[in-house]
Amino acid sequence: MVDVTHYLILSTIVFSIGVVGVLTRRNVIIILMSIELMLNSVNLNLVAFSDRLQDLSGQVFAVFVIVVAAAEAAVGLGIVISLFRNKETVNVDEIDLLRG
Amino acid sequence: MEAALFYILATMLVAFAILTVMASNPVRSAVYLISALLSMAGLFFLLGAEFVGAVQILVYVGGIMVLFLFVIMLVSVREMEVQRKVNRQWKTALVLGIVLSFELVFLVVRGADIFRTDTVGQEWILEAQTLNTETVGGLLYSTYLLPFEIASVLLLVAMVAAVVLTQKQL
Repeated sequence: MVDVTHYLILSTIVFSIGVVGVLTRRNVIIILMSIELMLNSVNLNLVAFSDRLQDLSGQVFAVFVIVVAAAEAAVGLGIVISLFRNKETVNVDEIDLLRG
Repeated sequence: MEAALFYILATMLVAFAILTVMASNPVRSAVYLISALLSMAGLFFLLGAEFVGAVQILVYVGGIMVLFLFVIMLVSVREMEVQRKVNRQWKTALVLGIVLSFELVFLVVRGADIFRTDTVGQEWILEAQTLNTETVGGLLYSTYLLPFEIASVLLLVAMVAAVVLTQKQL
């Protein structure tokens, strides 16, 4: 029987890896993938607590998080495609249209 | 047995997550992320959440990651490889990420006593004789019916947004 604390520590480590990915990478697609990693680490928390408390609500919310992640990926990748059509780049530090 | 499986899957998950963030080729990054998501699905199965694990494999690996690979294919990969892969602030960001990681682990370890209470949810107790998928489905269609419908509207909005955003004249 693995303690719930182990799952929480694993989840925080994966979340931090996702944060580092979002903050350091230049490619928009890899930044979106890091966001997916962060959303998934939250799911691990929800399911671990669902197992610990013997309450299925956590798993239902994990399904909702997956739904939101799917919607976010669809819209984000749509923005990436339209951005690549207009600016011919997917690097975040070259996208400075709002700077004026 | 369960502990050994947990540590194997956890090591795989962390290793593939680090590789996802560090890979210079986006296609490799996507494949590493698929492996990380499969390890996460294994952890869900280990926790007895068969439905969430199956949805993870079907939706994430089968749907979202295929979408990612298609978009990587549409934007040119060769151009992305030759350039610098990290931005100018990467040292600060790495330090901040490590600090955040230690901070969160410290909080979890210090607050571990909160989770030790043996409170069991009264209403939806996991029973051995009912299937996990059946119980989650029942919950989705009874207690969480309104959030379920809102989620379906959200998916519709996202679909329309994706179609509009990728139009030619935009």
